[in-house]
Amino acid sequence: MTGDNVTDSNSLWMSGNEAIAMGAYEAGVKVASGYPGTPSTEIMENLSKYEGVYTEWAPNEKVGLEVAIGASFAGVRAFATMKHVGVNVAADPLFTASYTGVRGGLVVITADDPEMHSSQNEQDNRNYAYAAKLPMLEPSDPAEAKELLKDAFDLSEKFDTPVLFRITTRVAHVKGVLSKGGMRKSTATRGIEKAPAKIVMLPGNARNRRKVVEERMAQLREVAESDAFSKVEKGDTKRGFITGGVSYLYVKEAFPEASVLKLGMSWPLPENKIKEFAASVDELYIVEELDPFLEHHIKAMGVECHGKDLIPNQGELNTSIVRSSIDPDFVPELFAPVELPMRPPNMCAGCPHRGVFFNLSKMKDVFVSGDIGCYTLGFLPPLSAMDSCVCMGASVTIAHGMAKALGDEGKGKIVSVIGDSTFIHSGINGLINSVYNDSKTVLIILDNRITAMTGQQNNPASGCNIKGEAANAINLEELCKAVGVKHVEVVNPHDINGCKTALKNALELDEFAVVISRAPCVLIPEMKKAEFVPYGTTTENCTGCTACIKLGCPAISWTSMTPEEAVAKGYKEKQKGFAVINEVQCNGCGQCAVLCKFEAINRKGE
Amino acid sequence: MATTGNILFSGVGGQGILLASEVTAYALLSAGYDAKKSEVHGMAQRGGSVTAQLRYGDKVYSPLIEPGKADILISFEMMEAARYLPYLHAKSKVIVNTQQIKPPAVAMGLVPYPEDVLDSIRSQGIQVVTVDAFDIAREAGEVKAANVVMVGAMSAFLPMDAEVYENIINTRIPERFREVNLKAFAAGRKITT
Repeated sequence: MTGDNVTDSNSLWMSGNEAIAMGAYEAGVKVASGYPGTPSTEIMENLSKYEGVYTEWAPNEKVGLEVAIGASFAGVRAFATMKHVGVNVAADPLFTASYTGVRGGLVVITADDPEMHSSQNEQDNRNYAYAAKLPMLEPSDPAEAKELLKDAFDLSEKFDTPVLFRITTRVAHVKGVLSKGGMRKSTATRGIEKAPAKIVMLPGNARNRRKVVEERMAQLREVAESDAFSKVEKGDTKRGFITGGVSYLYVKEAFPEASVLKLGMSWPLPENKIKEFAASVDELYIVEELDPFLEHHIKAMGVECHGKDLIPNQGELNTSIVRSSIDPDFVPELFAPVELPMRPPNMCAGCPHRGVFFNLSKMKDVFVSGDIGCYTLGFLPPLSAMDSCVCMGASVTIAHGMAKALGDEGKGKIVSVIGDSTFIHSGINGLINSVYNDSKTVLIILDNRITAMTGQQNNPASGCNIKGEAANAINLEELCKAVGVKHVEVVNPHDINGCKTALKNALELDEFAVVISRAPCVLIPEMKKAEFVPYGTTTENCTGCTACIKLGCPAISWTSMTPEEAVAKGYKEKQKGFAVINEVQCNGCGQCAVLCKFEAINRKGE
Repeated sequence: MATTGNILFSGVGGQGILLASEVTAYALLSAGYDAKKSEVHGMAQRGGSVTAQLRYGDKVYSPLIEPGKADILISFEMMEAARYLPYLHAKSKVIVNTQQIKPPAVAMGLVPYPEDVLDSIRSQGIQVVTVDAFDIAREAGEVKAANVVMVGAMSAFLPMDAEVYENIINTRIPERFREVNLKAFAAGRKITT
């Protein structure tokens, strides 16, 4: 599809993330840095297409935020994007940037993922605003996101503060109608300005800034009262709702007649307006996804209200949940679900990770310390070859900790598996620790040249920058050697047997070893364009051994047979079925052909 | 219209659901409706069940369709139609591509692909239209246009003329694919009109 305009050039159809990118452009952002993470990724991808904005993929969120802080110190509007768990990584600079304040406006996107559509936890990052003493704005839909983001930059400069801007999956990945808007201008001047008392955060200066932070929050509480950031929609006064973000939309549909106080600023809160609103309605309900964040602070004001006593504190809300939580008599009559085989996500046909996990699946006494990326799918059957997964970069370090705890018992049994992008994100620190503290573990780096799970973003090992232009590529094996790893072997994961030998050799060493599994992701454009000959099955040669089926490749499927059918087809009576390759789905990796001992799998035409 | 119309797209990652939902959304917008569409990205896309939820009306608030409120279910895979039965009501229209894509447990031979899977919908008295979208698209000249065949079949249940969709195809789809998509759309629409 081309073009976003709906009927005229001023009416656009955009996702929340596209709208935020446009909002950043219209706000006059000059420098933007981020790390990909669902549901935030498309913001930076889209912003990179605008003229006059420097954008980059950073190796991790802490780096991205620090780059943005630097740009702000140089007097331009700066922007950092990340998913909710990314803020944990960036929390260190975030908390102190609250003290230094800004020169150019600085806005940090936290893209939260209630329901964990594509995340390992569903933390509620509104808590960060409270903890870091920062204002937080929260839009409900794409149109509001674009305009509110521009206000966030103005607010940042006016009150000398970074601003947190929280979106959730149902804002980021929702499309809606919006219009182009006016451009805003920074009030800051670009240039070097030395202000040590403000931005050199050693204790003496920090203590002074600490006071400034409190003064600023007091001023922001006043701002929160303005209609720009909190609005009363008067309706029926029997029920009043205080809500914000996407929850506001569910309230509007579930209780269209009710009075609503919509908060565009989630922190600090407009205490006067809240108390006034509470007094104007018979029953007050706080509708928010995840934590009782608003509810706790509103109750602390001495206001009586309903909240998590009625509304779930886990997962996403929707109109039905909001309606039935508050009106228990409302029970929708629904058709019962049909019992069907699940359709979980799977590694693609031809995915290089499969070769490594297939080998690991055969090593039953080995503990596989996993990490975050497409390869986390190595956990699923039939490979079932991942035994832990906690957070970005934790594979290396958790493996090291286990090995230290187990001593000789763990020898040759502890492996960590991490993708190239995740390794660069925060695996390198673990690598250095493993070398320094003499880890007896094997680290497998799955180098597919791309940040795959979030949609094929370039990373420091890809050789391209965010715009696809040539960039310096980090050489992973030289990096490992440079920090002191003696045994570094690069293997092609599609060569199942070679991969097996490399893993066995590494596990037999009494030292920290690195195996780099290198083959490109099948989804990167070069691979999609590449000419290849798919594999096919000579089904009469298939003995039903299921060696290929155990790869779990989506291009290979099993056809069951009864003994009679087997005989009729010329197979042995006891053969229970045969494997067939879907040649349209096959990406020609050849892993299955290596495993087939019966000449039943060959390249087409061979 | 006073109420909001709800269209649920379902299928498997890679089937062209996104483009189908975009063509439909643009058609609704150009007919003057407000609309919102919710999609799922990231982990869920890797060969898993995929949905797009499209809502339209005078003013749309929530981007999510409530269970029991989908007026149209357009499914690109048979089992993925049955999976969303709780989203349907008695008067829902269901348009299903007859394609079957085996989920992992079926591909591995652990469980069979459910037989007569659409009966679970039909037995509730819900109208189900099956579309051999691949064959029709192949006849139109491009198997990849199966998703536009499906949009064509669904379009008869929406309050817009064929021209509205044709205009979207003509203005928003790259020129080299236009002809085949127009044919695919017309062939799909013929099934239901």
